[in-house]
Amino acid sequence: MEQIVFYVFAAVAVGSALLVVLQQRAVYSAFSLIVCFGALAVLYFQLGAALVAALQVIVYAGAIMVLFLFVIMLLDPQAERFGPDRFKKTALAGLPMAAFLAFVLLRVFPAWSPRGSGEPIGSVEGPKRIAHILFQDYLLPFEVTSILILVAILGAVVLVKHRPD
Amino acid sequence: MGMVPATHYLALGAVLFVIGVAGFIVRRNVITMFMSVELMLNAVNLTFLAYARTWNQVDAHIFVFFVMTVAAAEAAVGLALILGLDRHSQTLDIDSADKLQG
Repeated sequence: MEQIVFYVFAAVAVGSALLVVLQQRAVYSAFSLIVCFGALAVLYFQLGAALVAALQVIVYAGAIMVLFLFVIMLLDPQAERFGPDRFKKTALAGLPMAAFLAFVLLRVFPAWSPRGSGEPIGSVEGPKRIAHILFQDYLLPFEVTSILILVAILGAVVLVKHRPD
Repeated sequence: MGMVPATHYLALGAVLFVIGVAGFIVRRNVITMFMSVELMLNAVNLTFLAYARTWNQVDAHIFVFFVMTVAAAEAAVGLALILGLDRHSQTLDIDSADKLQG
């Protein structure tokens, strides 16, 4: 059962990720990315991270992608024309990445597979345990993150504010 | 029914990451490049969670939360920058944003 779910949603994730890169129109890329995030949420749930899966749908597929779609519809970008030098660029990007991927998949994984038990965490990871760790061990990073978000809000407002010259 | 080994999740994460890198290099539209970055961040999150299950540690979940938070902040600022770029030079093509080129 887990295998079927994994392979189906892994295929969906890879396919929609490819569509993100290959679509000419930014809106279609954004919708493909939402599908990819949804498939990844299913995989997160399978890995025992129910809370992360929920946040993935709410924060990523919800909030962040709505922001993206807002900007895309506001700016109405033209469909990207893949010029004659497209294949040169593709080769430039593709060959090192293909080499890297081949190296990772063929060499690193079999030799360096995790030595952990490989058993699933007994039950779905509860928010209670995560909250314990988040608000005790990681309290300082948590507070720093809140400052980061505050700065991001201020930065976004300052950047977007219209300054008549 | 067998368990899916953690290496398969790691391989999926590597594939998604490489797709994101390739998209970032090949595409010239700033918004699509930005979406490729989000794809890379998600690939890393998947890797984190695969290791979290392997070693039965919840700390990786916390790191995924932080990655998501930073991604949200990054999206807000980055999209504001894209709006500024469009207002400044009326284009979203990254090749034409070469004002800083010496």
